[in-house]
Amino acid sequence: MTNNSVPKTLKYSKSHEWVRQDEDVFTIGITDHAQCMLGDLVYVELPEPESSLEVGQECAVVESVKAAADVYCPLSGEIVEINEELLENPQLVNEDPYGKGWLFRIRPFENETINLLSADQYTKQVASEAH
Amino acid sequence: MGKKTPLYQCHLDASAKMVDFAGWDMPLHYGSQLQEHHQVRQGAGVFDVSHMTIVDFTGPEVAVFLRYLVANNIDRLVPGKALYTCMLNEKGGVIDDLIIYKMNDEFYRLVVNSGTHDKDIAWFEQQVKKFKVTFKERTDLSMLAIQGPQIRGKIAELFGASEAVIAQLKPFHAVQAGDFFVARTGYTGEDGFEIILPAAEAPDFWRKLLATGISPCGLGARDTLRLEAGLNLYGADMDETVTPLESNLAWTVAFEPKDRDFIGRQALEQQLEKGVQRILVGLVLEGQGVLRNHQKVVVEGTGEGEITSGSFSPTLNKGIALARVPATINHECMVEMRGKLVLAQVVKPPFVRQGKKTFTENLQTQKNGAVT
Repeated sequence: MTNNSVPKTLKYSKSHEWVRQDEDVFTIGITDHAQCMLGDLVYVELPEPESSLEVGQECAVVESVKAAADVYCPLSGEIVEINEELLENPQLVNEDPYGKGWLFRIRPFENETINLLSADQYTKQVASEAH
Repeated sequence: MGKKTPLYQCHLDASAKMVDFAGWDMPLHYGSQLQEHHQVRQGAGVFDVSHMTIVDFTGPEVAVFLRYLVANNIDRLVPGKALYTCMLNEKGGVIDDLIIYKMNDEFYRLVVNSGTHDKDIAWFEQQVKKFKVTFKERTDLSMLAIQGPQIRGKIAELFGASEAVIAQLKPFHAVQAGDFFVARTGYTGEDGFEIILPAAEAPDFWRKLLATGISPCGLGARDTLRLEAGLNLYGADMDETVTPLESNLAWTVAFEPKDRDFIGRQALEQQLEKGVQRILVGLVLEGQGVLRNHQKVVVEGTGEGEITSGSFSPTLNKGIALARVPATINHECMVEMRGKLVLAQVVKPPFVRQGKKTFTENLQTQKNGAVT
């Protein structure tokens, strides 16, 4: 098993999404571990801009040559932006999962309590899944 | 831990992601299976296929035996010629698909799948009893496939003194060149060779291949390449529950001469008489996405079928598949993808040959092929 990167500055969900907060907007993608397990991505389906999503809702699909995986929304809110570049070039997720491979941006509903894992907690979870 | 080919360490050295394949530790990819796919379509790639089973059959009755054992007819073979065929059970179901190389009148070499190793060997043991034939599994040999349009330009560098004889090989022909048995065959739809060589020499030859600019390619790319080339995968596209006539392999069954008895012949003739109800066709997804094994195919007015091999075509940038469907299918169908019905075009495989889109939009030839 290669050591996939888990940046300390991000938060994570159990279902392998990462979350980065930029003021009142959160950017979401899939982790290095997730893209590595999937292999080369060939198709990404993203949520509708301006749609409202609930935490845990299936909101995107990432398909590799090998498998399709659902992306679950790590927090409730409204989609404010999607990464349209991925529609043309889904492999950006493989090449740069925490950068150019981001999936969408969401503005949480007011009073939304956000419950996510730290980098350490996520790393432990990935390690426990490997056994 | 699985079984390891003599190239196991070479794969690790090339940063392979290893996976289990039929009990073998095999490379899935060396970083990117898409890049490896394109490398074979546009350049040159090498696959370790040493997990495949090589069996040598010898004896005075070997030709008589093989005429009976397999559905295609080895009478067509001259020494140095290869034949693709299915090996059937009495019901016409496919036990395995294989390549037979004629070495001489009393010596034929068979290459069968690794996933079917145990049942193939058991079947050989059972069938060979009535014949003056012996067989030996060649676990002392390794097998490499070098494939892609740039392979031809590297023959001199790779084979030295054997260059001339290898450069002259026609498709589906083979030659013993020193320790190397070299065949102009493959599983990618590109030109290239499959090389059977002593296991001890395999790592050195592998390094030589890489040094000439041939890229290591894993099972992931092998699967998308063979699917684009419209080549069936045993266990996915056919098995013992279907016949070659239901698997787009009617062309590999030799019904002539009529007096040649082969295992499964009677069942196939009965099936032809009744009419072949299911056929294997190619599907091309009209919209975006990837077709997957076992997705349901809905043919309006005639019934349902199933995708036997579904994937993504890196060359066409579309979802493609082989699917077993009612023989009455027309030029389009629906596929149930993630709960939704989506439109797919029905085509005759291959999808891609020698780097180019090849399928025709007209299915009529396909349907005629299945019933004649």
